[in-house]
Amino acid sequence: MAVYKKTYRRYDGPLTPPSLRFLILSRYSFEELRQKRLFGLFLIGAMIWPIVCALTIYLHHNLSALRILELDASKLISIDAGFFLFYLGFQSMLAFFLTGFIGPGLVSPDLANNALPMYLSRPLSRSEYVLGKMTVLVALLSIFTWIPGLLLFLLQSYLGGLGWFTHNLRIAAALFAGSWIWILILALLALALSAWVKWKPLAGALLFITFFVGGGLANAANAILDTSWGHLINLSHLIGTVWLRLFGEPATLGSGAVFFRVQPGAEMPLWVAWAALFGFCGVCLRLLAKKIRAMEIVK
Amino acid sequence: MEPLIALKDLEVRFGTRAILKKLNGEFSGRAIGLLGPNGAGKSTLINTLLGFIAPSTGEARILGYDIRRQPRQVRGMIGYMPENDSFIANMTGVRFVRLMAELSGLPPEQAMERAHEACFYVGLGEVRYRNIGTYSTGMKQMVKLAQSIAHGPRLLFLDEPTNGLDPPARRRMIQIIREIRDTGSMHLVISSHLLRDIEETCGQVLILKDGAIAAFCDLEEERRTNRRFLELETRGANGGFHDAIQRLGCEAAWSPHGRGKLILPDGVEIRQIYEAATAQNVQLVRLNFKRDSLEDIFLKAMENGRL
Repeated sequence: MAVYKKTYRRYDGPLTPPSLRFLILSRYSFEELRQKRLFGLFLIGAMIWPIVCALTIYLHHNLSALRILELDASKLISIDAGFFLFYLGFQSMLAFFLTGFIGPGLVSPDLANNALPMYLSRPLSRSEYVLGKMTVLVALLSIFTWIPGLLLFLLQSYLGGLGWFTHNLRIAAALFAGSWIWILILALLALALSAWVKWKPLAGALLFITFFVGGGLANAANAILDTSWGHLINLSHLIGTVWLRLFGEPATLGSGAVFFRVQPGAEMPLWVAWAALFGFCGVCLRLLAKKIRAMEIVK
Repeated sequence: MEPLIALKDLEVRFGTRAILKKLNGEFSGRAIGLLGPNGAGKSTLINTLLGFIAPSTGEARILGYDIRRQPRQVRGMIGYMPENDSFIANMTGVRFVRLMAELSGLPPEQAMERAHEACFYVGLGEVRYRNIGTYSTGMKQMVKLAQSIAHGPRLLFLDEPTNGLDPPARRRMIQIIREIRDTGSMHLVISSHLLRDIEETCGQVLILKDGAIAAFCDLEEERRTNRRFLELETRGANGGFHDAIQRLGCEAAWSPHGRGKLILPDGVEIRQIYEAATAQNVQLVRLNFKRDSLEDIFLKAMENGRL
């Protein structure tokens, strides 16, 4: 841009609405992400499974296509709550990997470069800062989870008819609510880790450690103490428990949300799972509140 | 007219330690210098006014807005250049300034235009297209200044603006600050431990000591007042010369060896002192305006303590 004025002048023009300014942070983060080649690959990868699911739904309702492919409709996976639960589990795992890829880069560079005083000296609160960064993850993870999920549901409803739609509305609600629970937990966890660990690769590694090592420790505790309460530190089990109830599916061996399966007999009361997830979110928010400050005060 | 900064029993405590102790006062001026030895509470005061630190008791207002109850309005009209490095390393200078301008409420197009202008104004030129991570210390100071003025604030906080700058860069920074001050479009609060910087840029000075206000003075007023004080050294002075000085209406205090201090009343010029000396055949060996430098004012405030 050519600059012709080399003097200082006041700004008297219009201002943007203060309530939407947190979206500026999201927009800048998206622009940075767009420049990463791996991000594009992730997005393409995210669409593979929904396309496979869409084809499966289509085949279910297209006899001529089945005949051409010499497939038996009864041998295809049935399109029910289990189908969508499996879809959600698979996509949520991809969402988890995506979070591991982009989450650490959201807050840690600002902390490493001491940029928070700059942000927070503007008409932008700490919550809006977190909200702006979180919006990036929420939007991307939505593209991975509930948005294609609901499109698949609508496709099935279109092909299955109004009766199927009204009878299975619970699936749509479960897809939406189940996705949002996972998205919020992932986003909060990623931001909290990103705020506490300034080195991006380590923050990403910690995300995986929280998920996988937590599960491993839970299983070890269960085996040693002969209990199932160890799952309280197993995020995948907690999420799986909530999803099963949302979708109204029983815990059966080898079925349900892949990566988030709840083994039969290892179920825990639903309220315990909810309480643990709320507690987990509370810890993440506390960690964020402690770190997202313009300056650290040494008392 | 609302004072620029109004403090009422403002106290900031970190644990049991009082960092700012019941500050009171109303301060106005185009450019206010914030002075004090290390640990006096300068940065804490700025951080409190910016809303980074919550006051333990008391209140503070900036241009009439309460920093606790109306933080959004306060932050909407200020610009802040922090002391330490504070930026986003993998962003170009102009993009960073644009982001900051947008966060202050400017629409994207205007923010872009103003970011370019601000970068150019502070002398970043083509460097503005480079990542900030590659900038020298001087450039980083300039990009911090650019982001603090791009959105056209009413009040600008500059925390140690010449930190780490070499003499030419320092001169450039001081010149820009003076230019901004002289446009009259914004007020400045400049915190610095360098008395010379404050003296060259500020009209008023607020001196802190041990978390309390030690002095607030108008440097212009001090300079004007000092123009009426004279220090003399004479040879051959006698009672006649002293009488002649008194007849001019000057208050005078004489000490041995012909030395004296005078206060010139309005309407009396130095020329008349020379005429009196000539008439009395007295030789004027030295005649100086007494000049209280900022250093004198600062040291006096440090000696006297809290006002």
